[in-house]
Amino acid sequence: MSFSNSAPAKSGLGLSLLASELSVLFRRRRTWAMLTAVALIPIFLAVAVRLSSQVLVPGEGPPFLDRVTQNGLFTGFTAMIVAIPLFLPLTVGVVAGDTIAGEAGQGTLRYLLVAPAGRIRLLLVKYAGAAAFAAAATVILMLTGLLIGAALFPVGPVTLLSGEVITVSESLVRSLLVAMYVWVSLLGLSAIGLFISTLTDVPVGAMAATVVVSVVAQILDVLPQLAPIQPWLFSHYWLGFADLLRQPLDWTSFGQNALLQAGYILVFGALAYSRFSTKDILS
Amino acid sequence: MNKRVKENEALANPALAIETKGLFKSFAKQTAVNGIDLSVPKGSVFGFLGPNGSGKTTTIRMLLGLTSPSEGVVNVLGQSMPANLQSVLPKVGALVEGPGFYPFLSGEANLKRLDTADRLADPKTRNERVAKALERVGLTVAAKKKVHAYSLGMKQRLGIANALLQPRDLLILDEPTNGLDPQGTREVRNLIKSLASEGTTIFVSSHLLAEVEQLCTHVAVMSAGNLVSQGELAELRHMGQSRVSVTTPDVDEALALMTNLGLIPVVHEIAHSDSSLIAPVSSAFEPEVLAAALVAAGVRIRGFAVEEPSLEERFVSLTGEGFDVFQ
Repeated sequence: MSFSNSAPAKSGLGLSLLASELSVLFRRRRTWAMLTAVALIPIFLAVAVRLSSQVLVPGEGPPFLDRVTQNGLFTGFTAMIVAIPLFLPLTVGVVAGDTIAGEAGQGTLRYLLVAPAGRIRLLLVKYAGAAAFAAAATVILMLTGLLIGAALFPVGPVTLLSGEVITVSESLVRSLLVAMYVWVSLLGLSAIGLFISTLTDVPVGAMAATVVVSVVAQILDVLPQLAPIQPWLFSHYWLGFADLLRQPLDWTSFGQNALLQAGYILVFGALAYSRFSTKDILS
Repeated sequence: MNKRVKENEALANPALAIETKGLFKSFAKQTAVNGIDLSVPKGSVFGFLGPNGSGKTTTIRMLLGLTSPSEGVVNVLGQSMPANLQSVLPKVGALVEGPGFYPFLSGEANLKRLDTADRLADPKTRNERVAKALERVGLTVAAKKKVHAYSLGMKQRLGIANALLQPRDLLILDEPTNGLDPQGTREVRNLIKSLASEGTTIFVSSHLLAEVEQLCTHVAVMSAGNLVSQGELAELRHMGQSRVSVTTPDVDEALALMTNLGLIPVVHEIAHSDSSLIAPVSSAFEPEVLAAALVAAGVRIRGFAVEEPSLEERFVSLTGEGFDVFQ
């Protein structure tokens, strides 16, 4: 029964918990239901545009929508703009809000902690899982957009917002950059969701609260009276990826956004840590 | 945790697997655990008894570092908790307040998942250890089944399997036979006995007294947050009084004879014109003397027994009758 001798210093980072977290997350039907719904956005959008005979005037509908018919590669951008305000925050809110509260609600949190997972390690792993989901959602959205766009519309060199024309392969790189931009945009919200998730044992409550926070932030962002605080809202740069569609590539908004999101991760990560590390686990 | 008591150095007694001193926990308005001093000897099977709401689970949560004490000290396997939980808990297997699993994963996948949470668990032996734990609780056949299709008893067994993923020095089992059928209860009892014979200390909370009587070497009784009794099972039992019970149709003769011998019998009428005369007796009482006297007097004895006090009586006398929930 000498356990301590049988496991010689095989501690390390304990990455198998992270691997397990990802496998549990992506083996869950709910995760795939949400990713499927995400993939359906560009599909619906492209099919609707394809089936309607109406010719769109530039500027009508969501940005870039009029360009989709001329160049299928714009489908991804358009779908991204459609999904950012509500749909992506909704799915990220579900996953981030579920992180700790979901384990508490189904009674697995106490067993993870007794294993012992370590509270800080569990928080980090849970956050990594939420961030991985956000990455999967944005990449799937963009890829589906590119594929369905290429299937239904002509594909060719892309005219950028600055007027220059870039090749198809260059535009694929830009598409991935946009997906990355949106992913980074969602990381602050994920940290907020993680924190909210440490406050309750009811996962649905944490999910709803996270989504509400993202909606409220966007509402505050359009009230002119609140202009001084708006640059500090985590949703402030969400739609600002247009800079990535200029030649030469302008990284300014990417950098500002990344800095802002990093701030949110630090603040809400610290709050989640201070709450969770001292919490009485009664679930 | 702000109020967490400074680590105390002097306390840890090497003969004890669990030791608490003045362990106190209060939530918002009520006191859940009111300054208890637990001493669980190494190698014992320790029954932790108490009515619902008496503070058993709160105590267990503090032993495992899930909640921190408001006051007092906890030592588990010689190290103070929750400060040393990273080094203590790998040696402790636990079932706390019922099993908790991912319903959409199979039993096997659940155990693997929980095993990855233990940083010291060797991934190379994971499959083997999981299979062994499942076999030990008789779940090998259901290993690939999703947990949402498990019965309560199967989940309970899976919970016990989770506690057995590693060789443990201490097992803390909260109501391990909850929801099990009689066969399952028996198997768990045998499992606990075999683990105890391997040298594992077992701390088992229960309110099934019959079970505790069959299993445990030591017992502690909680009532309303207080530890009202603690010690060896035999000791606790002997705190109650033995009784002699004589069943006979010749009530008057027996009554007179027993009274002459200094006993104070109470008569209970039972069927077929028989009655039982029950009298408390001291440890000096010699049953053979009474039996011989009864026979010599021509009393027809249809039943004769010396009854040890049952744990249940002792338990009720310590924790009170009825359904009243304290606080």
